Amino acid sequence: MRALPLIGALALAFAASPAPAATITVTIDRLVFSPASIEAKVGDTIEWVNKDAFAHTATVKGGWEVMIPPKSTGRMTLKEAGTVDYFCRFHPNMKGRLDVSP
Amino acid sequence: MLTRPTVALAALLMLGAAPLAQAADKPTDPQIAHIAYTAGVIDVEAAKLAIEKSKTKEVVDFAKDMVRDHEAVNVQALDLVKKLNVKPEDNPTSQALTKAATEERAKLAKLDGAAFDKAYVENEVAYHKQVNGALETLLIPSASNAELKGLLETGLKIFQGHEQHAEHVAGMLK
Repeated sequence: MRALPLIGALALAFAASPAPAATITVTIDRLVFSPASIEAKVGDTIEWVNKDAFAHTATVKGGWEVMIPPKSTGRMTLKEAGTVDYFCRFHPNMKGRLDVSP
Repeated sequence: MLTRPTVALAALLMLGAAPLAQAADKPTDPQIAHIAYTAGVIDVEAAKLAIEKSKTKEVVDFAKDMVRDHEAVNVQALDLVKKLNVKPEDNPTSQALTKAATEERAKLAKLDGAAFDKAYVENEVAYHKQVNGALETLLIPSASNAELKGLLETGLKIFQGHEQHAEHVAGMLK
């Protein structure tokens, strides 16, 4: 009868674990992050799909930076809750926002 | 009658030198393509000088960004004129731009160190401002082909980004 508590523990662990992490896509087309504002959870991955022929970045002032090469994709898994504004370091007129809940 | 395009064109010519035969007319698509391409080449050449001369990381990085972006825009411009079967046509505005840029480069070539960095970055701010003004008020409204107009609009967004980037670098040098 040792199996039963184990199954119980597993079921409990499963129920307590958060929703599976999602991948959220932000498209960059003609120097615009779309959607500009994203709601996500810690553990989700943001994927920036760059359709431009220009390199971009997703940069948080004093924080992280993701390079997004031309016609390519940059990714980052969110580790911290909070709202951050990000921009492209090469084209600071490109702006986006992440609202990350725990 | 002095129209807005005329004013913008005069602004584009920096000191308002070189009277233009066609100043009152809208530039044609082949002329617009030539002006846009020339403006890009000028900035790439200035950037190459900065990469060669500057010892400041932020300035060299900025210059490399300029080379990369302006070359990418010009590749797109060349692809487009080929597709549209448009032959870029030299014109007084392109010539005035080239002349002013040659003079500016000669000036920059004589400077070194912090003086060079400052002059290069300040010129980048002014140059992008000027080109953006010309794009907004003259080149984009005058373009008749929708794809050319679209590329110019993308170019404007990029160059507005460069203007802000250049202002940021200028601020760091102070």
